[in-house]
Amino acid sequence: MTAADPPRLRRHPWLAILGQAVRTPRGAAGLGLAGFVALVAIAGPAVAPHPATALLTFPFAKPSGAYPFGADFLGRDVLSRVLDGGWVLLLMAVSATALGIAAGAAAGISAAYLRGHTDGLIMRTVDVILAFPQLVFALLLLSILGPQLWLIVLAVGLTHAPAVARVIRAATLDIAQRDYVKAAELQGMRPATVMAKEILPSLSTPLMVEAGLRLTYSIIIMSGLAFLGFGQQPPAANWGMMINENRTGLPLNPWAVIVPAAMIALLTIGTNLLTDAVGQAAIGVDRRPAEAALLDDLSLASDRVQS
Amino acid sequence: MTEPVNGGQAADTLRLQVRDLEIRSGRRDGPPVVSGISFAVRPGAVLGLVGESGSGKTTVALALLGHTRRGLSVTGGEIRLDGTDLLRLRPARLRALRGAAVSYVPQDPAAALNPALRVGYQLAEVLRVHPGSTADPAARIREVLREASLDATPDLLRRYPHQLSGGQQQRIGLAMAFACRPALIVLDEPTTGLDVSTQRRILDTVRQLCRGYGVAAVYVSHDLAVVSELADEVAVMYAGRIVEAGPAGALFAGPRHPYTRGLLAAVPEPGSDRPLAGIPGQQPPPGRRGPGCAFATRCELVLEQCRQHEPELIPLSGAAQAAATIHSAHVAAGPIPSHPADTIHSPHTVRCWRAAEEGAARTDLPRPRVAAAGPGPAALLSVRGVSARYHGVPALSGIDLDLPARACVAVVGESGSGKTTLARCITGLQQDWTGAVTLRGVPLARAARHRPRQVLRQIQYVFQNPYTSLNPRKTVGQIVAEPVQRFLGLSRGEQADRVAQVLHDVALGDSFLSRYPDQLSGGERQRVAIARALAAEPDVLICDEVTSALDVSVQAVIVELLRAAAAQRQLAMIFITHNLALVRSVAQTAVVLRHGEIVEAGPAGQILAEPASGYTAQLLADSPRLARPGAQPAADRQPS
Repeated sequence: MTAADPPRLRRHPWLAILGQAVRTPRGAAGLGLAGFVALVAIAGPAVAPHPATALLTFPFAKPSGAYPFGADFLGRDVLSRVLDGGWVLLLMAVSATALGIAAGAAAGISAAYLRGHTDGLIMRTVDVILAFPQLVFALLLLSILGPQLWLIVLAVGLTHAPAVARVIRAATLDIAQRDYVKAAELQGMRPATVMAKEILPSLSTPLMVEAGLRLTYSIIIMSGLAFLGFGQQPPAANWGMMINENRTGLPLNPWAVIVPAAMIALLTIGTNLLTDAVGQAAIGVDRRPAEAALLDDLSLASDRVQS
Repeated sequence: MTEPVNGGQAADTLRLQVRDLEIRSGRRDGPPVVSGISFAVRPGAVLGLVGESGSGKTTVALALLGHTRRGLSVTGGEIRLDGTDLLRLRPARLRALRGAAVSYVPQDPAAALNPALRVGYQLAEVLRVHPGSTADPAARIREVLREASLDATPDLLRRYPHQLSGGQQQRIGLAMAFACRPALIVLDEPTTGLDVSTQRRILDTVRQLCRGYGVAAVYVSHDLAVVSELADEVAVMYAGRIVEAGPAGALFAGPRHPYTRGLLAAVPEPGSDRPLAGIPGQQPPPGRRGPGCAFATRCELVLEQCRQHEPELIPLSGAAQAAATIHSAHVAAGPIPSHPADTIHSPHTVRCWRAAEEGAARTDLPRPRVAAAGPGPAALLSVRGVSARYHGVPALSGIDLDLPARACVAVVGESGSGKTTLARCITGLQQDWTGAVTLRGVPLARAARHRPRQVLRQIQYVFQNPYTSLNPRKTVGQIVAEPVQRFLGLSRGEQADRVAQVLHDVALGDSFLSRYPDQLSGGERQRVAIARALAAEPDVLICDEVTSALDVSVQAVIVELLRAAAAQRQLAMIFITHNLALVRSVAQTAVVLRHGEIVEAGPAGQILAEPASGYTAQLLADSPRLARPGAQPAADRQPS
């Protein structure tokens, strides 16, 4: 490492952070696990050997050549149902996360940047919503409005928003005090533009970490709701629902429970590891102004980014 | 364990001896950050270690404590304290020495003191860690506090750091550093954030303590004026090398290295309105230093030889040396009897191929310029009776100020004087103020967001800290284009031309367009910030301490740039500063603020020559001043 130009933040700093994260052992493991489960969920329906809803053999049949993981409580192929039962869950979890992050970030940035009554109104609302346990709150919404899939996404997304809003508000409070935000105000930028153009790009790190964390929670809550019967309705396949349906046959064919449970576990462990690695990588990339000045003083900025 | 001790004379006269210190980035194969560093300090003497950011001076200072920052490692040389090589010590022995035999006073006392512990506890902690240093810790604490000019009352000891002023915090830092009666004390720009009066008193304290207890001190600073007042010897660092070293008097009277001369020419003086001469260019970072002299790229006197071979650090010989020594004895003679200037100084050494030439030795300070045109009759911007509160405390009361077209008014004050609050009121960043600000007779709305776009365009603000005023996620081109788009309504092609033109005006080329702020040095960042302000084609430019975060050579470049831009664009400028010495270089009129009130206003030359208020006179007296040939030295070197 002599005169080579050091890698720098480019137009998409979050890509740089992600790139660094997946190069760490933890990040690579996380990406591998989550990627494997996502691949199973997405490509599964196309490669499933049997129709997911077909009654093929007797209930809780042991694994055999034709049915590698045996059969479920109605005699359907566990492998085919596992391959078929992930993509809706994954799609719903991702949508709910996106919804929660978007709503939470908007609320958090507005509260921190506008301050005053807006801040009070937003944050007290957040406090009230946070007073309910997340799953209970989702159940409450669903029991009032009925178990439709888009409603589940909406309910889970909205229960994420308050926690996201808190984190993003705290991060924004720091950034809103920076001089470049004031410089933008002095150029007559409207508040909405300042928030979108000057503040939001600086929040990519907390947003990435929050997104990873909320995705993990979404998966757990979605599977939990499916387990409780809020989700896709029978006979559709769903990992959460499969655990509930087949737990009575645990002594007969444990695979009918273990395989979908393992998929959920691997997915959440994977997203969690990846989020951790992103957070670690971001510390090295996202430098505060005082640190930047110090590194200039050391003339070591290049070394720092690389190590 | 027995350590080798230097026998004979050297051990008697030298407390600290550094030889051929080399520190590399990473392991042994990394590029050297500093190399070939050799110097020595006698008991009671102060060595000033001078250099710009990135010169390696702090790296060397920390090495004196046996510490290297993460990512660096010492790869050669020795640091002998009373004969013991600190670099060969086992960690446990080194820990025992730190704080006891070698102590450190950091730059920012507020950050160095633990906010959760009372200062009395923190002081006692030093003595608890090193139990051998005194039999009666309580008595020692009272003693060092008195020496640091603090009253050792129980009330003071019970306070937390945030309940003390910045000056008091730094005095606590000094008291902690002197508590174990160290042999060597390393001070890392300990007065940077302090007011000049506080700085003056701290420097006096340091000098007295060092002489009184025979402590060798290494004072790291980029402030040449401070170093010229305090230090007995000076070592100038550039790009990880000592380029010139010698007795302070000789070095400041007859600097031989072009870099030292450049640094000296960049230091503003209160009494002079000469243009400041900066040093263009940047020092090469570790790993990009060529085979020749590291300064060759910025040097006016460069020869082909300079680019190929690095010169050695050699003593100046002959008459020049003798003359310089005589001068130094005159300049540095202080009132304290044990003054080390009485002893023989180390020779004046220089690392330059042309050091021996007569031409290289001249101190070429630029000639004073003709004063700019006096203020016109009508005020462009006028401030009447502006009062403001900051967190409920009055910060400004009844400020009147007139800024004529094409003129520059300096607003001078120490921290807490309300000078930044005034700027924030004028720009509309602060909105809860009373009074009136008019631009061409038209009153301005209090808050920036209630002002029409054209008014926002006419008053542009350059922030103090270039590390926070540029959005790290935007390129330089995007940052400068923003006001062009917003205020001027040009077509895309015209926009690009305008941005390139403005960047050119602040001496940044097209290659900067696509760079991000974190790829720029502090000086370059501030130029981008100025370009952003100029791009709006303002009538009034408000510069808030724009050079306080920058090195002195960069400060000179920025000040000259502002002056040229103001003249070329016929701008009126409000130049806010704590540095009285800068005022004459920039402004025709000056306003001195204290506790939110104007204590004095008038022509800059007059205020600096014959201050009417005692406060201004005190500020002037406390401002550190470079001992220059021709200027009267010594007068204010005595402890007050």
